[in-house]
Amino acid sequence: MAGKATRTAFGETLARLGAENPRIVVLDADLSKSTMSDFFASKFPDRFFDMGIAEGNMVGAGAGMALAGMIPFICSFATFVVGRFEQIRMSVGYSRANVKIVGTHCGIGIGPDGYSQMALEDIALMRSLPNMAVVQPGDAIEAERAVEYIARHDGPVFLRLTRQNLNDVNPPDYKFEFGKGVVLRPGRDMTIMATGGVVGNALKAAALLAQKQVDAQVVNIHTIKPIDRDLIGRVALSQGKILTVEDHGIVGGLGSAVAEVVAELGRGRVKRVAVEDYAESGDPDGLYKKYGLSEDNIAAKALELLHD
Amino acid sequence: MEIEKLKTIAKEMRVDIIRMLTEAGSGHPGGSLSCIDIIVTLFFSKLRYRPNDPNWADRDRFVLSKGHCVPALYAVLAKLGTLPHDELLSLRKLNSRMQGHPDRNRTPGIEASTGSLGQGLSVALGMAMAGKTMKKDYRVYCMISDGESQAGQVWEAAMAAPKFKLDNLCVLLDYNKIQLSGAVRDIMNLEPLAEKWRAFNWNVTEIDGHDFGAILKALNDAEKVKDKPTLILCHTIKGKGVSFMEGKWEWHGKSPNREEGERAVQEILARN
Repeated sequence: MAGKATRTAFGETLARLGAENPRIVVLDADLSKSTMSDFFASKFPDRFFDMGIAEGNMVGAGAGMALAGMIPFICSFATFVVGRFEQIRMSVGYSRANVKIVGTHCGIGIGPDGYSQMALEDIALMRSLPNMAVVQPGDAIEAERAVEYIARHDGPVFLRLTRQNLNDVNPPDYKFEFGKGVVLRPGRDMTIMATGGVVGNALKAAALLAQKQVDAQVVNIHTIKPIDRDLIGRVALSQGKILTVEDHGIVGGLGSAVAEVVAELGRGRVKRVAVEDYAESGDPDGLYKKYGLSEDNIAAKALELLHD
Repeated sequence: MEIEKLKTIAKEMRVDIIRMLTEAGSGHPGGSLSCIDIIVTLFFSKLRYRPNDPNWADRDRFVLSKGHCVPALYAVLAKLGTLPHDELLSLRKLNSRMQGHPDRNRTPGIEASTGSLGQGLSVALGMAMAGKTMKKDYRVYCMISDGESQAGQVWEAAMAAPKFKLDNLCVLLDYNKIQLSGAVRDIMNLEPLAEKWRAFNWNVTEIDGHDFGAILKALNDAEKVKDKPTLILCHTIKGKGVSFMEGKWEWHGKSPNREEGERAVQEILARN
C-alpha cells in the first residue's frame, strides 16, 4: 500500500481515455502539473488547452466546447474553479452543458499551502445546482473507475480530488456504481459515513472503536449528489445513529446531505465531523489532529453520538 | 437591393420588439433597438443557418452575450420561422418559451443561455475552439455590449482567442455608449476601446452599426482574415428608431406603456 493521490489516478485515467474517445478535451488554468491533466496534455497536445490563470473564462469555454459536442474536463484547484460559481451556474448548470469540472487539492489535507489553496466550501456550492453531480473518490482505484464513468455520464459533474496520497480502501476488482454508497466494513452498532481522503481515517477509527467493543459500520459515500437516500434511510431506520466525516467545511457538505435525508425521514440521529473554521498551514497529519479529522477524534465523536 | 431588403426587415423587427416589450410590461428596448440592424444583417445576409433545423451540426453560431436584448433575437427567429410569430407576445410570461433572457434549453435557435453579462464571449470562444479542434468550418459570432465590456471575463476571453488563432470567431460590439444608470464614459469609461482590442491582438474594424452596407462589408471582410479573431466595433444609438428613446439611459430597462408603444410603432413605420 504505497498509496496514490486521487489526482494522479485521475490524470493517468484521463490520458488513457483520450485514446479511446476523440471527443474528450482538457482545459486547465496553468496548474496542469498539479492537477495531473499534464498526462493528457503530453499525449494529446491538440486536445489540451491551457487557458492561463483565468478560470471564469475556462468555465465558459468548456461550456461552449460541450455545447458544440465535445466532452471537456476543466481542471484547476477545486477552490479556484468552483470559486467561479456564477459562471458554473449559468454557463454549465443552467445551460445543461456536458462539462466535467475537476477540482484537485481539496480540503485541509493539502497541508502547508494553507487556507487560500484549500477547497472547503466547494461541495456546498456544487451541490446547490439542480443538475450537478458531485463525486469524490476515496482512493486511487475508485478515482480511476469514477473517471471512466464520468466520461460516459451525460451531464455536468464536479469531481473532487486530493493532493495527498491515499492508501487503498477498495479491492483491485472494485466496481464504481454512481450514486451508491459502499459498505467497507459491516457493523451493528452505528455507521460512520465518510467521503474522499478521510475514508481511510474512518476505517482506522472503526478499528479503535472495536477495541472498545463498539461495532461500527463504515460506508464510503463517493457520490455526494445524487446522495444514496436508500442506504441512508435503511441505516437511519435500523441503527439510528450516523456519524459523517469529511475534509470539507461543516456547512453544506456530506454531513448536510445526510442530515437532510435523515431529517425528512424523521428517524435517526446525525453528528458531523468536518472543518469548522478557516484553516491554516501545517503538516497534513497535524492539521487533521487540530481540526478533528484524525482517527482518534472520529472515534471519540462516534462514542459521543452512541452514548448521547 | 439586398440593403433595401435588410432595411425593410429591420423596420418590421423594430415594430415587433416594441410590441413584445409593451405586452410584456418590462424589458430592455434601448439595447434591443441599437443592435437590431446588426442582427438582421447577420441572419439574413451572412449566417449559415437552417431555420427549420436550428441544431444542424454545421451551422454558424450566434451567441447573444448581451442577453437582456433577446427581444431583438426572438423577432429575427420568428421572422425566419424558427419560432412561431404569435409566440412573441408571450415574452416574459409564465410557461412561455420566450424567457426574459436567453435560455438555450427552452427556446429553439438560442445558442447559449446568457444574461449574466460577461459570460457569453467565453462560451462563443469554446464553440470556436471546438470548431477548430473538430476541423469544422462553421463560424461563431458573438454580440457583446459596451457596459458588459467592463466585466473582467470579457478580457480573459479576449486574451485567449488570439492565442488559439480563432479566425472563426467574430465579435460584434454594440457600442451605444449608454448603460443602465448612465453614460458608459461616466459609469466606467472604456476608451480607448478599439485600441484595447488591437492591443489584445485582434483584427479590429470600426463601423456605423446602423449602416447595413458597412455591417455586411465588415462581416465579409472578417471572413478573409486568417489566424486572428475579428472585433467589429459597431457605433450605434441606444433606442435607435424611436426618437423619444434615442440616446436615453432611462429606456435601457423600461418598457413602453400602451400609449408610448403605439407612438413608437407609428414613428418606426413612418420613418424611411
